[in-house]
Amino acid sequence: MKRYLVVMSHPPHGSIHVQEQLDVILTMAAFDRSVSLLFLDEGVFQLLRGQTAQQYLHKETVAIFDALALYDIDDLWVETESLMEKGLSLGQLTLPVKPIARSGINALMSGFNVILGA
Amino acid sequence: MKFAVQINGSPYAGPAGEMAYQFVVAALSAGHTVLQIFFYFDGIYHGLAAQMPPGDERQFTHRWRQLALQNNIDLVICISAAQRRGLLSLEESKRQNRANQDLAPGFRISGLGQLVEATINADRFIVFPGS
Repeated sequence: MKRYLVVMSHPPHGSIHVQEQLDVILTMAAFDRSVSLLFLDEGVFQLLRGQTAQQYLHKETVAIFDALALYDIDDLWVETESLMEKGLSLGQLTLPVKPIARSGINALMSGFNVILGA
Repeated sequence: MKFAVQINGSPYAGPAGEMAYQFVVAALSAGHTVLQIFFYFDGIYHGLAAQMPPGDERQFTHRWRQLALQNNIDLVICISAAQRRGLLSLEESKRQNRANQDLAPGFRISGLGQLVEATINADRFIVFPGS
């Protein structure tokens, strides 16, 4: 079966993007696809603990991320340099994610059949 | 080789539409098959029926239709992304008591399952990003 990697590179609440990307991920899960996620660039903010979007009437996307494990989506990666550039650390993220150096991204991607992003 | 394509950018906000069109034309002329073009995020604006740019400009919507007709490509617009942005299928327009049909001929509105199916059936899945 094909393995899917979804690259999450958008900030959480600047647009509808993350919510619509999560719709794709949940649909893939409903089709029993094997889905992994890679957070990089502004996308590292998507998992930041303690965020709230209520005052903007945005969906709480972080709550959807918290639920992904129920759909067996638990192979999560974050690019180390992106985290550092945003001044974040793994401990500030709401889910257990595996750090991967920028130099390792190509090798990581080559292990997947379908890559979606942006 | 069988390709499926996803377009995430609106026609006039970036290069996604033009790049995707050139890619699809090149793939077809090299003897490949394009199964489906899936319009998502602001890419759904490619399917607005009433787009009427001046005659000497690119006619995105018309161009997709012609390409799809000639090469049997399924042009699919995501229903949730489309409804959120005000593009309804004929059935939904009737249900909401709206007179207009905004979906351009040649396109159809369907769910994200179509996208997943395309990734399963295609040998290569190519995404053209939006902003």
